[in-house]
Amino acid sequence: MAVLLIAEHNNKELRPFTLNAATAASQIDVDVHAVIIGQNSENAVKKLSELPVVKKVISIEGPHYENFTAENFAPAIVKLAENYSHIVCSANTFGKNLMPRVAAHLDTSQVSDIIKVISPDTFLRPIYAGNAFATVKTNDAKKCVTIRPTSFEPCESSGGTATIEKGEAGEEFTNTKFIKREEIKSDRPELGTARIVVSGGRGMQSGDNFKLITEVADKLGAAIGASRAAVDAGYISNDHQVGQTGKVVVPDLYIAIGISGAIQHLAGMKESKVIVAINKDGEAPIFSVADYGLEADLFEALPQFMEELNKLNTIQK
Amino acid sequence: MKILVAVKRVIDYNVQIRVKEDGSGVVTDNVKMSTNPPDDNAIEEAVKIKEAGKATEIVAITVGEEKAQETVRKALAVGADKGIHVKTKGVLEPLAVSKIIQKIVEKEKPDLVFMGKQAIDDDCNQTGQMLSALLNWPQATFASNIEVKDNTLEVTREIDEGLETVEINIPAIVTCDLRLNEPRYASLPNIMKAKKKPIEEINVSDLGIDITPRVQQLKVEEPPKRKAGIKVANVAELVQKLKNEAKVI
Repeated sequence: MAVLLIAEHNNKELRPFTLNAATAASQIDVDVHAVIIGQNSENAVKKLSELPVVKKVISIEGPHYENFTAENFAPAIVKLAENYSHIVCSANTFGKNLMPRVAAHLDTSQVSDIIKVISPDTFLRPIYAGNAFATVKTNDAKKCVTIRPTSFEPCESSGGTATIEKGEAGEEFTNTKFIKREEIKSDRPELGTARIVVSGGRGMQSGDNFKLITEVADKLGAAIGASRAAVDAGYISNDHQVGQTGKVVVPDLYIAIGISGAIQHLAGMKESKVIVAINKDGEAPIFSVADYGLEADLFEALPQFMEELNKLNTIQK
Repeated sequence: MKILVAVKRVIDYNVQIRVKEDGSGVVTDNVKMSTNPPDDNAIEEAVKIKEAGKATEIVAITVGEEKAQETVRKALAVGADKGIHVKTKGVLEPLAVSKIIQKIVEKEKPDLVFMGKQAIDDDCNQTGQMLSALLNWPQATFASNIEVKDNTLEVTREIDEGLETVEINIPAIVTCDLRLNEPRYASLPNIMKAKKKPIEEINVSDLGIDITPRVQQLKVEEPPKRKAGIKVANVAELVQKLKNEAKVI
């Protein structure tokens, strides 16, 4: 039986992690079908059909799907599930909210946040904030799996010609009403997919001081991250949080500034290729994962960092 | 209004866990255990709602071995009125926990069920959503703000793109983010008083549900270690290393 991928989108475009989830789905079985549920989402449907790993697209449309409410999505997916061995989605807030609802309807024990497909029923997943890896084998006939997007490469996004079928819309769940979504718009790269991330922690001391980070990030073409302490203190909004209960990032370069390195923060960034830590406390745990550590006062180091970057002839973007 | 709050006993968030040498799991003997951190936020929110005069009773429930009851006792000390301990042994999956809580919901008939959005041990992030599916109730996950209205809740949810607000009709499930509130500490007099509050003990076998694990844990291992880095003397050296050695800028 084929694998059913749940596409994440904004009714116009596919959200980028759909491509990573498609790769994971194709490692479970080459026969990948994708369901896309939304309202006026023709363009996203077309984009989905162009992913070469996707063999068939099922498009379900309805006004009650406009805001991706899990209570509306889950029954529509459950209705399709009988034809599939696996249902796959990203373990971001979209998939975390939705997949357990699908799994419970199917009486299936979900496998969350896998980082590797070992075989169609056996997966590797981090537990305890990534301080241990568990190899798990699911014995359920139908397998609901969410994947950690940064652990799988995005698939090719063009060249495919999957057939597009219309799926049947389900009834509206009327006890949940969407009110609003406040998205923080930014010209910077997305935190989850950026090549470079510059993050600030409690050591920044104020939201105003984050402009020191912004300058460096703009110079490097980087996304801006933060520790939970910095978000809790109100220095920066929640969508920047990196860690066990925030986002997991795996950039080529992660620069941690004024971040002590609690276990929960390390969980979100320690797989980064190169890690830099700038902290005035030489004993801070962040130095234990840093490739390059600089023991310094960040308020002196950051202006110097900008100066040194300005001296460079070229900066990779 | 009655609120049921689910709490889980986990290894304390400050403990650096150790993987057992035989690969069967992580060491829990003689390790400090605590209430799962966002479950503390769930209790706190319920208590705040009761203090605001919008709830009349708070019931704290846990599912697990003998010692799991400590988490219920702690919830009673910060303001829950009554406790329930569903006694189980061995591995419990979120699907099994949600089926157990479903049975308790049918008996206790709460208007709201609160719990943390994720347990910091297995990091599954499933139980609340599964329970709401089984009950066919609305779900508001990853809540960072809750406004109680007449027969609805307006909940702000933390999502990857920012914030989302939903209105859910009661009865409903809310899973709580760490930013929802600042959990209080139990005062000594309240800890003493909590010892007198009732905790109902229920054997899971009496609930008539199958909680056999569906997922086998084959092996637990340490993640690959990062190789030790170096300390640089100054910013100029750092930039030079990033440019010429790591070649990332």
